[in-house]
Amino acid sequence: MTMSPTTKPPAESLTLTIDGKDVSCRSGQTILDVARENDIDIPTLCQLDGLTTWGGCRLCLVEIAGSSKLFASCATQCTEGMNITTQSDRLLNYRRMILEMLFSERNHICAVCVSNGHCELQSMAQKLGVTHIHLPYRYPKLTVDSSQDRFRLDHNRCILCSRCVRVCGEIEGAHTKDLKGRGIKTFVINDLDQPWADAKSCTTCGKCVHVCPVGALTERGTAVSEMAKRRAFLPYLTSMREH
Amino acid sequence: MTQSTTTTRSDPALRGGITPAKPRVATVWLDGCSGCHMSFLDLDERLFILAEKVDIVCSPVVDPKEFPPDVDLCLVEGAVSSHHDLEKAKLIRARSKVVAALGDCAVTGNVPAMRNFWEVEELFRRAYIENAEYPDTPEKRKANLPVLNVPPHERIARPLHEIIKVDLFIPGCPPPADAIFYVLTEFLAGRSPNITQVTRFGK
Ligand code: SF4
Ligand code: SF4
Repeated sequence: MTMSPTTKPPAESLTLTIDGKDVSCRSGQTILDVARENDIDIPTLCQLDGLTTWGGCRLCLVEIAGSSKLFASCATQCTEGMNITTQSDRLLNYRRMILEMLFSERNHICAVCVSNGHCELQSMAQKLGVTHIHLPYRYPKLTVDSSQDRFRLDHNRCILCSRCVRVCGEIEGAHTKDLKGRGIKTFVINDLDQPWADAKSCTTCGKCVHVCPVGALTERGTAVSEMAKRRAFLPYLTSMREH
Repeated sequence: MTQSTTTTRSDPALRGGITPAKPRVATVWLDGCSGCHMSFLDLDERLFILAEKVDIVCSPVVDPKEFPPDVDLCLVEGAVSSHHDLEKAKLIRARSKVVAALGDCAVTGNVPAMRNFWEVEELFRRAYIENAEYPDTPEKRKANLPVLNVPPHERIARPLHEIIKVDLFIPGCPPPADAIFYVLTEFLAGRSPNITQVTRFGK
């Protein structure tokens, strides 16, 4: 995990090329930051301004001239003279493949999901032209934690982006949420893998619910398509901390 | 959305690319709720435009007993769930030039695939015995699963492309009528539709 580049002292200025466009930045900035400053869109799912970098979803992969490897632009700092490509057939192919794996890994039934129409996975699939899933679906039997009065955790929809874990630890300071297990057996947990209602450290602030990009963390009592997330608090709290 | 929602008979998109004989279009309803066909009917007055341009040779609204040969485009609603669906899907593929998965059930499995967590027998027991509306008597508990009129089911409901080759995907639950019209228009014009411009999963 790298610290947010904004916490590092400003340093020398660099020039580089992104998608054929000459751009400049300060050393320490990530490729993703600089691309966004220059209105170059790189798709992301786990990244959220105000939270530390995770680098887990791999959607933001880019090509850098001179290397055959792909780099996660959220976690790669710019260097002088870098020549970066953010859009290519190869990258689009990988990005679609990542989305397809997310759809096939757990159970996403958009038509009956509370987040239908407000979901970042769903809209990213549309944006990147995913029309169907080439991989066979796994249909794992997963649980839904409805023990808590106000919120619900539905593992069927979780994409393991860890935004909830980060906002809970870094912004709320409670660290109720974490991830257990590895690979396909990774799950979001509350405290020591307890039912949410028994997790004493939870302040029921709801920040995790509102940063969750999909229908995994939701407010109870929402029906299909009703779970629109509210994120205004995050840039607000971040700027309060910085100033 | 880039396609126009109001289309007239002089729409150039509908004139181009059509062979002298009218293309033969079929629509089929497998394991779905018929919502996609309702959306198809929501083409409203555009159905008349379509009727001039194509022959609907098979559809729940046409109802021939057998799937006809030499179909140019077949729109398939629903997941592949029963043995009957499976056989039908293979027949459709053998007899159609272009097969389109219409709606989320055909494209992803969607709601019909929510049964996939249980064995077929558990599912049938739940549907036909436990949830049946008659008193909970010893007879009910001993009741047998239906053997007539319920085709044998596959272990899981699957999206169409896991069974046969699918050429076009039209996600949505149901896909909006505009999206269906856009796909048909593009097909008739001999172009390949950019489908995610007009619809998505769960739309
Ligand atoms: S979380 Fe998003 S992608 Fe998954 S079922 Fe819900 S709306 Fe669809
Ligand atoms: S619950 Fe939501 S925010 Fe947390 S890891 Fe899963 S998808 Fe991400």
